[in-house]
Order: sequence, then structure tokens, then C-alpha cells
Amino acid sequence: MEGIIQIEILYLGLGYIVILLLLLLVRLKKLGKEWEITLASLRMTAQLVLTGFVLTYVFSWEKIWITLIIFAVMETFAVYTVFGRVKKSLFSALRLVIAGSMLLGTTAALAYFLFVIVRVSPWFAPRYFIPVAGMIIGNSMNGISIGIDRLSSGIRSQLDRLEGALMLGATPKEAARPFVKEAFSAGIMPIINNMMGMGIVFLPGMMTGQILAGVAPLDAIKYQIAIMLGIGGSVTVTVFLVTELGYRRFFNRHSQVRQEVLDMRL
Amino acid sequence: MDATSAARAAIPAPAFTLSEVRFKDVLDIESLQIDSCQVSAIVGPSGGGKTTLLRILNRMTTPDSGFVAFFGQPVEEMDPVQLRRKVVMLTQMPVIFAGTVEENLLIGRRLAEKEGPAPDAVQAIMTRVGLDKELSADAARLSGGEKQRLALARVMLMDPEVMLLDEPSASLDEETEVLIFDLVTEFCRERCKTLIMVTHSEKGFTGYYDALVRIRDGRVEQITHQHEK
Repeated sequence: MEGIIQIEILYLGLGYIVILLLLLLVRLKKLGKEWEITLASLRMTAQLVLTGFVLTYVFSWEKIWITLIIFAVMETFAVYTVFGRVKKSLFSALRLVIAGSMLLGTTAALAYFLFVIVRVSPWFAPRYFIPVAGMIIGNSMNGISIGIDRLSSGIRSQLDRLEGALMLGATPKEAARPFVKEAFSAGIMPIINNMMGMGIVFLPGMMTGQILAGVAPLDAIKYQIAIMLGIGGSVTVTVFLVTELGYRRFFNRHSQVRQEVLDMRL
Repeated sequence: MDATSAARAAIPAPAFTLSEVRFKDVLDIESLQIDSCQVSAIVGPSGGGKTTLLRILNRMTTPDSGFVAFFGQPVEEMDPVQLRRKVVMLTQMPVIFAGTVEENLLIGRRLAEKEGPAPDAVQAIMTRVGLDKELSADAARLSGGEKQRLALARVMLMDPEVMLLDEPSASLDEETEVLIFDLVTEFCRERCKTLIMVTHSEKGFTGYYDALVRIRDGRVEQITHQHEK
């Protein structure tokens, strides 16, 4: 394996010239986004530097509890990110479903990837566990956000159709079926498109990183295929769980649409 | 049958019995009885609680307090889904599902997990409600009046024990309105079904109902039976 070319700090600094050019352009065109661009660049730099130090520490220690704490932090952050993204579609009963689906789906996919496909030993080896968990959780977070948002907005904008079905004697499951179907399709669509274009439209980040680090392309694709299957599985399971368990939260125990949903009518 | 039991048999059993039913500041009913095999009209000004009353009868809404019985059985003891299969509600704006006219006609029976109707029943009901459309036509493309006829035909095909109609004439022209009233009342009378219709104006109902319940500000103001008029 060839060693990777080390980037000198001085030359890395030159990379920021791109940002300066961007700021100049934005100012000239009076687009008014200078502050956002500056903040994003600073945050990106600070977060990555911090991650670099943390991972260096974590990789050198290889302790099960450190890996699990990082996993818990990632899951918590992802769940709260979903809450933030779907704020307008959210009511309290959905929060538990989102958190549960996220934890269950991602843990199952991650366990399958680590124990069955790659057979990492020890299973909590942070060099494998953390980046893979990050990719699985990140993609599932997007899937859940889209799925739950589509389910909620679909139901709230077509409450007359949902109630119309109930009034004809439909069970909540039957009445919600078209909305669940639509939300599930929407939730898994990005990952399906991603898999369709993979390797042709774009080279995925992890594979590019491995190739840059000197890994042979045929070895890099094996990892990429494995991780894509892991991500695909996780997204499918989490979106399935969140839509299948989520629709029930729109109804009360009398098979009626909950008052808080009626109050959120679109 | 002696004279007493004959007289008792002539008195229709109540389909619904309500007592001290309250819901927010919308409805406050001390006592109300709606007879079976009869056509009852519920009238009163808009926002007076008429629709809420219908929704309470098929448990789309649960009152804050009070007692509601369906043929003597407290509704809270019944499975709401099973109750709604017997007490079907037709809303003011007809609900049309994605699909063809035929799928929309049959969806009521399918959702209520009933067997499909007899082969000629669908065509017969289409003729009866005056819906002159291909069964394969897209239901979303029907006019407002056609949609209301379709929704009505769907409920008729379900053959429920009670039909709740919430101002079915609101979006209709006068001709369709008369046709709908004629159809529904005839259908219910010939099969001894209970029909409860809501309207904001009693004018259009004259001649159709057996009992008229006047509701104002959520309270029952007056009950008039046709034979008392």
C-alpha cells in the first residue's frame, strides 16, 4: 500500500483562499450571505480539528465504553436533529417513535455489518465502529426526517380523506395505508437514488478516501458495497419502523384522529 | 299478539339514546332519543353543534361526559370501528378516494370488510342515484354533484343500519338536492333503516322527516314529530 501524501499546514491554509474568493463574490453581488459562509467555514474547521483529536485519542485507547458513549452521543444528536427538521410536523407522541425507530434500525444494521459482513474483532474497534456508525446513522436520520415529515404533512393536508375512510368503517391501519405507503417511498428514495448513481455519477466519499489513502480500488469497492448494503438496510428498517409505528400515533384508543392532529390541520 | 304487545311493537325502538352529553362548549344535550326505522332531521343555525352530534353518534368524537347508547348498548362498550360499519356517515363534502368510479363504489364494503355486492348491484345502484358514468372512469374527474351521488351510492351499497347525512345538499343544485333526499328517504324506508340528516335550513326537509330536532347553541330546543304537525 502506498503511503498518503501529507498535506502541509501552510498549503492547507491556501485552501481557504477559495473561501475568501467566495466571500468577495458574494459581497460584489450583494447576496448578503457573508456571515453564513464565514461561520460555516469556521465551524467546519473547528469541528473537524476537534474530531481529529478525539478520534486520535479514542483509536489509541480502544475501550468498549468510549465507543459506546460516542455511539450514544451520535444517536442522541441524530434524534434531536430529526426533531428539529420536522418541528412543524411533530407532536409529542411521535418523539418516542422517532427515537425508538432510529435506535433499533441503526443498531441492527450496524451489528449485522460488524458481526456478519466485516467480522471486526473486537467488534467495538473504533476505527471501524465509529465511521460506519456515522454513515449508517446519518443516512437513517435523513430517511426518518423525510418519512415522518411526509407522513405527517400527508395526513394533515388530507384529513377529510382519512376521516372519510374511518367513517366508512375502516380501521386506522386501513385508513392510513395510502399515507404510510407514500411516506415509506419518500423516505427510502434518496438512498435508492444514491445506490443507482453510485460509481457512475459520483464516487462515494468513503471509497475516495480509501483510494487516496492508498487502498487498491477493488478492495475499496468491497468496503463501499458492504457499507452501502448496511446503509440501505438501516434506512429501510428505520423508515419502515417510523412509518408503521408512527401512523398509529395519529389516532387515539377510540380509533379517532387525535385532537392535536386535528388542531394541526394543513 | 294481544293489544298491548301490538301497540308496543308499533313503537319504534330507539336507535340512539343520549343523556347529559356534553362536549366542550359546543354541545350540551340533557336528553335525546332518535327512533329507529325513522327519518330524523336535525336543524339549527350553523355552528350550533349539529355536526358534532353526528360525529358523537358514530364515535368520530367522544363527548367529555354523558351517556350514548346504540340500540340500548352503551357505545363506549362497543368497538368504534364495528359501530361505524353499522352507523355510516356521509359528510358535507363528498370524500373521493384515488381510483376509478368502481373502486370508489366498492371501497366502503372493502374498508368495512364486507363481501362484495351481488354482480348486478353496482350497476343497479348507479342507475338508482342517476350516475351515468363508466365504472372505469377516474373518480377525481367527476363534478361536485356526481361525486355526492357516488358517495351516496357507496354508502347505500354498504347497507348500514343507520345513515348519518351531514348537510348533503350544501354543495348541490336544487334538482340534485331533491333527488338525493328522495333517494335516501325511500331507500331507508323500504329497508327499515334509520336516517339522520343534518341541515341548517328545515325548509328543504319538509315532507321528508318523521321527527325534527331543533338545535341551538348546542342544546336541544325543540323536538317535533311529523304526526304532531
